[in-house]
Amino acid sequence: MTTVLIVLAVIVVIGVLLYNSLIQRRNRVDNAWSQIDVQLKRRLDLIPNLVETVKGYAAHEQSTFDAVIKARQAAISAPSTPAAQAGADNAVTGALRQLFALSEAYPDLKANQNFLALQEELTATEGRVAYARQFYNDEVLGLNNAIQKVPGVFVARVAGITAREYFTAEPAAQNPPKVQF
Amino acid sequence: MHELISSNKRRTAFLMAVFAALLVLVGMAVGVLMGNGPGGTIIALVVAGFMAFGSYWKADAIALAVSRAVPADSTEYARLHNLVEGLCIAAGLPKPGIYVIHDAAPNAFATGRNPQHAAIAVTTGLLEKMNRVELEGVVAHELSHIRNYDILVSTLAVTMVGAVALLTDLTLRMMWWNGGRASRDGDRENGSNPLAYLGIVLLILAPLVARLMQAAISRNRESLADASACQMTRYPPGLISALEKLQDDVTVTHSASMATAHMWIEQPLSGVGDTGRWAKFHNLFNTHPPLEERIARLKEL
Repeated sequence: MTTVLIVLAVIVVIGVLLYNSLIQRRNRVDNAWSQIDVQLKRRLDLIPNLVETVKGYAAHEQSTFDAVIKARQAAISAPSTPAAQAGADNAVTGALRQLFALSEAYPDLKANQNFLALQEELTATEGRVAYARQFYNDEVLGLNNAIQKVPGVFVARVAGITAREYFTAEPAAQNPPKVQF
Repeated sequence: MHELISSNKRRTAFLMAVFAALLVLVGMAVGVLMGNGPGGTIIALVVAGFMAFGSYWKADAIALAVSRAVPADSTEYARLHNLVEGLCIAAGLPKPGIYVIHDAAPNAFATGRNPQHAAIAVTTGLLEKMNRVELEGVVAHELSHIRNYDILVSTLAVTMVGAVALLTDLTLRMMWWNGGRASRDGDRENGSNPLAYLGIVLLILAPLVARLMQAAISRNRESLADASACQMTRYPPGLISALEKLQDDVTVTHSASMATAHMWIEQPLSGVGDTGRWAKFHNLFNTHPPLEERIARLKEL
């Protein structure tokens, strides 16, 4: 009788430990997802400053400025579904690329310290967005592995923890935006 | 890439186990020769552990002070800060302290007992010579050391080397002074025990073998850091290009010393590229795998 009780106790302890680790993983995935938003928002916040700096040198390129400002507005007010977010983000990337291309035609702008600093910041922020997405995908991989492998699969079913989807590039993102001079 | 990382970790565990076995063997030899059982081994382990873990606790401050590193200003070294931040997001690590060393030779190291108390230092030479993706590869390599707790692993290795050295040194000294008679429990037939001779040989060779093991573990962790770095950046060509540039560069890093040699991304001491008759033997003591080997392994990814 005592051996049965001991075995049961061991199983319960293992079950609890597994459950806790699965909960931890799931929360990490949620955290990673919201971190992507943080980086996207940071990038949007850098844009007004950039537009003002460029306007100082290339005042009559109004169409490019308008494109950037409109894309930014759309991204801020986009619904928070992943697909809509990704689409809005792509539009911003495209508009920014046009803006940076302007610097090729205006050498004074290209040499401006403020502009260079902003360019570095934006490049870095886009890197951070990419890394945040990569981290999210890595966390999802870890969670899915833990849920689908043998001891975890039973606990997950009981606890109702399901596999999560990866962040994938939108089909539109596979074609890089065109730069026009 | 994932298989490379897991196999590397298994190799570390294996090397550590062999190292521990060596320590046990030495302890047994001492026990046979001194006749006082495991007491000596335990004391040596405790003393060595105390010394090593004391330095491990303050590892970041000590390493930075010894290399004359200064904190990197975030506006002056904006690119460096940005790269580190991006990679920390990718790895889920807190941002470590960032330091700069004014030295023309390109090199970098990471230190700190855990990710919450970590620091990275790069030389001005590295910042000048590397482009963005190469710098990112180097920073990823250093962050991988932090993420994989390599400082802890190498401290354990140093502890064991220290314990072996202490133990063998004391034992041999005591035997020498006692004129070969070690046993205190009255006179036994100790002199005719063949194990005693084996024990002496073991004691003389042990410190050498311990250093070889430490170097092997260090090389293993360096390979692991290379693979982990590529997993972090998902861009092996960056680190490959950086290593190739390091291969061509022959400047000697002056801020390094024998004690800190193992932490840098590339062996900072001159005389490392030995090709003479004793080269194979010398190379066993290298703390880093040779650059060609590292580049070749990364190109296979």
